[in-house]
Amino acid sequence: MSKFKKKKGGELPHISTASLPDIVFMLLFFFMVVTVLRDTNLLVQNQLPKADQVEKLKKDRAVYIYAGKPSSRYQEVFGTEGRIQIGDKYTSIENIGLALEEARRKLLPELQDKVYVALKVDGETNTGLVSDIKQVLRERNLLKIIYITTPGTELSN
Amino acid sequence: MRRATPEVNAGSMADIAFLLLIFFLVTTTIEKDKGIARQLPPIEPPTEAPPLIKEKNLFIVNVNKDDQLLVEDNLMELKDLRQAAIAFLDNGGAPSGSPEYCNYCKGARSPSSSDNPDKAVISVQNDRLTSYKMYIAVQNELVAAYNFLRDRESERLYGWKFTELNKAINEGSFKGNEDAAKEKLEAIQKLFPLKLSEAEPKTKGQ
Repeated sequence: MSKFKKKKGGELPHISTASLPDIVFMLLFFFMVVTVLRDTNLLVQNQLPKADQVEKLKKDRAVYIYAGKPSSRYQEVFGTEGRIQIGDKYTSIENIGLALEEARRKLLPELQDKVYVALKVDGETNTGLVSDIKQVLRERNLLKIIYITTPGTELSN
Repeated sequence: MRRATPEVNAGSMADIAFLLLIFFLVTTTIEKDKGIARQLPPIEPPTEAPPLIKEKNLFIVNVNKDDQLLVEDNLMELKDLRQAAIAFLDNGGAPSGSPEYCNYCKGARSPSSSDNPDKAVISVQNDRLTSYKMYIAVQNELVAAYNFLRDRESERLYGWKFTELNKAINEGSFKGNEDAAKEKLEAIQKLFPLKLSEAEPKTKGQ
């Protein structure tokens, strides 16, 4: 008589999957917390300036313009001069109007007249580039703009 | 004889959780974009003469290419700008009895500064090489000056703060008569209308 008797034949033990939902829920919560949705692929550096006297942007009626130095992986090709990005590609000053028109047409028809132009401009950019953009917007009669900022103040640093 | 309760199959629980996971991945927007909203001036026909503004009703903020501030011909730190703007807007220099007299101003009433908040214009002049960070910081301080004065007046007249009510309405969390509140907001805005002008930026070295 041996103490170490094989209990049963070579059957595989049953693996419990009861904890699988828990693992998946953990993943779910993790993603819920960390996701930041990006609808466009950023080609420029985008360290937004800080401000505290802000208003909320209604996203459904916004057209975005990004500006700043090209991201480090594009700098070899496009240099380090400030550039404008609309949609997924770089745009020159002259073509802003057309690119904006294209972006505007993607909005809901009833909101197209109330369009806001959201400027996401890197803090280290020159103001000259921004005023060039604004001049084009005035010519296009897109007069409502909003400078997107991050919370905080420039005074504190 | 009692039967053992049948075991509930929890295998599909994972599928349900995955479905939820994917739903949240698609719909969540974590952070809302916030910023300083502005209305650009429409392009004026070139024949029209620009309106005349008295020197004393103009508050000139100059930012050079090294991000230094020149306010009314004096070098100034960014942290002092808000107070200077408030003092200018709230001055109310028009003599009492005249039609332009500002009865809600609490400023110094100096005759060499602005007549009333309706006449007062802040003009920001940037260099093309001014950093955008500085530009936003200046705009932020000037908006803060207006918000401070609007808050003060709305608290005096209605007992609530202009900026807080405005925020509540925009977020949809305001309970009560929204139209009446909006009317009051407009009345406050009329007391201190936002008159920020931006000159075309100068090129480097001018």
